[in-house]
Amino acid sequence: MAASLEQSGVPTVAVHTQVFARLAKSAALANGMPRMRQAFVPQPVVDRTPDQLRTYIEGIDPISKRPFVQEVIEGLTKPLQQEDLKGVSFERSTPRLLKPDSEENLHRLFVENHWTDFLPITLPTEKRVAEMLKGTSHAPDKIVGQLRPTYFREFWELTVEKVAVNAVMAGARPEYLPVILALAASGITARSSSTTSFATISVINGPIRNELGMNSGIGVMGPYNHANAAIGRAYALLSQNLQGGSVPGETYMGSQGNWYAYSATFAEAEERSPWEPLHVQKGFEPTDSAASVFFGGWYTHAGYGPRATWQDKVRRCLSAAEHYSPPFLVLDPIAARGFVELGFDKKEKLIEWCAKNALLPAREYWDNQHIQTLIHPLAVAGVEPYATRLKAKPDELIEIFEAKQINIVVAGGETQGAWKMISGDLRATVSIDAWR
Amino acid sequence: MAERVTAHDPRGYPPKVTGKRLASRLDNLERKTVYLVDCLFDNSEVFMEQLRQWFAARLPSVDARIIKPRQSWVDDPDMRARIAADGSAAILGVGL
Repeated sequence: MAASLEQSGVPTVAVHTQVFARLAKSAALANGMPRMRQAFVPQPVVDRTPDQLRTYIEGIDPISKRPFVQEVIEGLTKPLQQEDLKGVSFERSTPRLLKPDSEENLHRLFVENHWTDFLPITLPTEKRVAEMLKGTSHAPDKIVGQLRPTYFREFWELTVEKVAVNAVMAGARPEYLPVILALAASGITARSSSTTSFATISVINGPIRNELGMNSGIGVMGPYNHANAAIGRAYALLSQNLQGGSVPGETYMGSQGNWYAYSATFAEAEERSPWEPLHVQKGFEPTDSAASVFFGGWYTHAGYGPRATWQDKVRRCLSAAEHYSPPFLVLDPIAARGFVELGFDKKEKLIEWCAKNALLPAREYWDNQHIQTLIHPLAVAGVEPYATRLKAKPDELIEIFEAKQINIVVAGGETQGAWKMISGDLRATVSIDAWR
Repeated sequence: MAERVTAHDPRGYPPKVTGKRLASRLDNLERKTVYLVDCLFDNSEVFMEQLRQWFAARLPSVDARIIKPRQSWVDDPDMRARIAADGSAAILGVGL
């Protein structure tokens, strides 16, 4: 926004907290305005009192070490230098191939450049990448899509070959490539730079699950299957490398990080589920293969049953779910059949029950940081259902999720009637067959 | 000597960066309208109100006005147009 205002002829200073200094400067460079005027205050601003924030304003900019207000006022009034007037234009094309070197040196280069997840990778040699490309009928130079770490960064473009390179690094086999290409084409990064440490969790449906020998049984969400593990890791690596990086402090700001970000892909147990598969719910045919991408990973609740008190347990989990990130439920087939016996003969009925029972006092809902930042402006603008939630009295219970935000997947090895409730907004269900 | 290997660069293709010039700066802020853009991050409203009060106390000739976009994370062309039409300068915060 600051760059747009400058282009409209309005001198502008953007104020950030100090932890964003590197990110703010690199974003300004990518905007072609590296000398954009910026001023910094200490972290945090959240939860500080008015008096504490006033001390920030009257204090020292922790980056420049000069008075904050001096930075702001000079940013608006100090005459521009020659370099400010021209901006900076440049090409940043990346090479197709790296300079030949020993395997040891190349492995070191990949680690030093933040191109790995710090676990060993398979070097993407020409021969290995050529072999990987046999997994799809699409040309290596075909554009798959574009990715970026967050909304204010620029999109980077990705080709079939670049996706194959990252698939090799993750240890994937050529037959996995259509799934990996579909995830890349979703346009959803598995390496969001959000301070809140989002991750993605991907669910695979359709015949390709069995073609690849994917796991939907014992240990489905653990490290017990090559295809599950390698596809999830490939999606993670391609996201960071094809979007322009995921480097802490620069292109990654997740305060605590997220274990799901290593690899989180699994198959739905369609054959053992009493319900319609996820991809069919989203408009695909049962014979189609599709990938669904959940964006979240903030929380994971667990339970067993359904037992006599299941309603109390699930209500507590729903109300404890971080309000900005809706849940999806992963039910072991034993648990799924248990819910059918209770009358939930369709996923939609259980989803509807969850939506009606995801309740919270209005004051708690509106006190949430993300709800305040992202939802409150919509409520004020009259957007439903948020506007109605805003009208509720502080102690009034309100429904915090809509049924359309909640999803159910059946997976597990039937060694327990287990279920998980995982943070995950379903952002896309995309065709895998299109990438065969 | 270790065998030399040729590997692919794993990075995607970045867009060309096109340079943009900064707007001309003001001679001073005397009797100017400065928009304080509350980016709607949690507590940024309180920060901007403190900044408005600072201007009122220390530079009272500056007309410091708080303005908010329609929602966070999304560009608001109408708000930008209003700032360009009525304002001499802008301070955005707190956040990106």
